[in-house]
Amino acid sequence: MASATPLITPVVRAERTDNPIKIDCRNINVFYADNQAIHDISLLIPDRAVTAFIGPSGCGKSTFLRCLNRMNDTIDIARVDGKIMMDGADINDPAIDPVLLRSRVGMVFQKPNPFPKSIYDNVAYGARIHGLASGKSDLDRIIEKSLHRAGLWEEVKDRLAAPGTSLSGGQQQRLCIARAIAVNPEVILMDEPCSALDPIATARIEELIDELRERYCIVMVTHSMQQAARVSQRTAFFHLGKLIEVGDTETIFTNPTNQRTQDYITGRFG
Amino acid sequence: MQQHIVSAFTDELDQLSATLLRMGGMAEAMIRDACKAVVKGDTELAKTVIRRDAELDKLESECERGAVRVLALRQPMASDLRMVIGAIKLAGTIERIGDLAKNVARRSIKLDDSATKASMRGVKTMGKAVSRQLKSALDAYGRRDARAALEVIRQDDDIDSHYNALLRLMLSYVAEDPEQIDSRANVLFIVKNLERIGDHCANIAKVVHYIATGKQVLSEAEIALLASNASSED
Repeated sequence: MASATPLITPVVRAERTDNPIKIDCRNINVFYADNQAIHDISLLIPDRAVTAFIGPSGCGKSTFLRCLNRMNDTIDIARVDGKIMMDGADINDPAIDPVLLRSRVGMVFQKPNPFPKSIYDNVAYGARIHGLASGKSDLDRIIEKSLHRAGLWEEVKDRLAAPGTSLSGGQQQRLCIARAIAVNPEVILMDEPCSALDPIATARIEELIDELRERYCIVMVTHSMQQAARVSQRTAFFHLGKLIEVGDTETIFTNPTNQRTQDYITGRFG
Repeated sequence: MQQHIVSAFTDELDQLSATLLRMGGMAEAMIRDACKAVVKGDTELAKTVIRRDAELDKLESECERGAVRVLALRQPMASDLRMVIGAIKLAGTIERIGDLAKNVARRSIKLDDSATKASMRGVKTMGKAVSRQLKSALDAYGRRDARAALEVIRQDDDIDSHYNALLRLMLSYVAEDPEQIDSRANVLFIVKNLERIGDHCANIAKVVHYIATGKQVLSEAEIALLASNASSED
C-alpha cells in the first residue's frame, strides 16, 4: 500500500540544516515480502552532527537506519525503493561494492559484539581486510588512535592482547566503536548503542558521541528520548513506518509541530 | 488533551494547575477587598487582606515544590515542560500580585478623611479593571487560550491610561494644596500598586501564551502581529 503522504514530505525537504548534507534520502520505501515497513520517507542527514531517530517499537527507525549501509541487502525478502545519495552518489547503485560502502558507513549495535579475539585484533580487523595499514607500526598507530578516539586507550593500553570479551559491557561497546572508527568511516550508525549499558557507561558513550560528531556524520536510533535530547542536534520521529516530523532537537522537545510527536514525547501515546 | 500513559503524571500536572488557579482566585479577592478597604475606609477588611498574603506565599512554595518534583521524577517534555516551567513563573507572579494587594491594604489604613471623592472613584474603577484583567488572564490560563492571552496583554494599555489620569489628578491636588502631600502620596502609591498589578497580569498572559504555543511574546509589534494572525485564522 503506497499511501499518500505528500503533506509530510515537502516539509521535511524544506528543513534547513546548518551543516552540509551528508546523506540525502529520497522517497524511501522498504518492503519485507508484501509487508511495507517504510512509507515514502525523505530525509536530509547533515554531516558532523548527531541525528537521532525516535519512535515506538516497530515504527521502522531501525529498518530505515539499516538502509543507510545496505544492511537490508542481507535479507532476501527485503526490497528497498528510492534513492539514498551519500555525497551525491547513490549508495544502491549496482556499481557500488557494499563491503566498501560499509567501510565508509560504520555501525555499532545494541549489544556490544566484540569478535572472540584480542582487543588489538578486534580493532585491527577492519584495517587489515581493507588494507589500510602499510606495516606493523602503521597498524599499531591506527589501533592506538582508534582506541584513543573511542576513549578506551588508557584503560586497555597495557593489555591489548587480552580478549575483547574480557572487558566490561561499556568498555566492549567502546571497543566496538573503536573498531568502527579504525577503518576511517565517514558515517557511523548506532542502533541503540547504550540500551545494554549502565548509566555511567551510557554517560561515557554519550560523551564519546559528542566528541565524535566533530568528525563524523552520526545517525542513532534510541528508545530513550532523554538520550536523543542529550546527544543529538537533529531528531526525527517515526511512527508506523512513516516519518512524522524532523527538526532541531531543541524544537522537537520543547515545541513540536505535529500532534503525534507531541503525544509520543510527552508519554501520551494511546 | 489525551491522558498520559502514566496517569499519576497527569494527576500531578492537574494538581499544579489547580493550585495555581487557587492562588489566582485568592489574589483576585485580595485586590477586590483591598480596593474596597480603601474606598470604604474599612480597616478590618484591610487587615484580613494583609493576613491572607501569608497563605498565598505558602501556596507559592507548594507550587514550586510540585514543579520541581515533576521535573525531577517525570522529565516532562514539550507542552508538559512548558506547563511546568510556566507554573513556576506564574506562581511567582501571582505571589507578587498578592504582595502589591497587601501594600494597597496597608496604605488604606493610613489614609485619612481628606481623600477626595474623585480620587476614590479612580481607585474603585482602576481596582475593578485590574481584577478583571487578572480574571481574564487566569481564564486564559485555565483554557490554555493563546488568543485570550494576547487580548489581556493589549488591554494593559487601558490600565496604564487610568494610572496616568490619576497621577495627573494627584499632582494637581498637591500643587493646589501642598499641606496635603502625605495623604496624596498614599493615594498615589495605591494607584501605582494597582498599575503594577496590571503589568503582572500582562506577564501572566505572556506566560500563558508561551505555554499554549511555545512562542514567547516580546515586543508590542509582535503582539499586534500575533493578534492579527490569530484573527485571520478564523
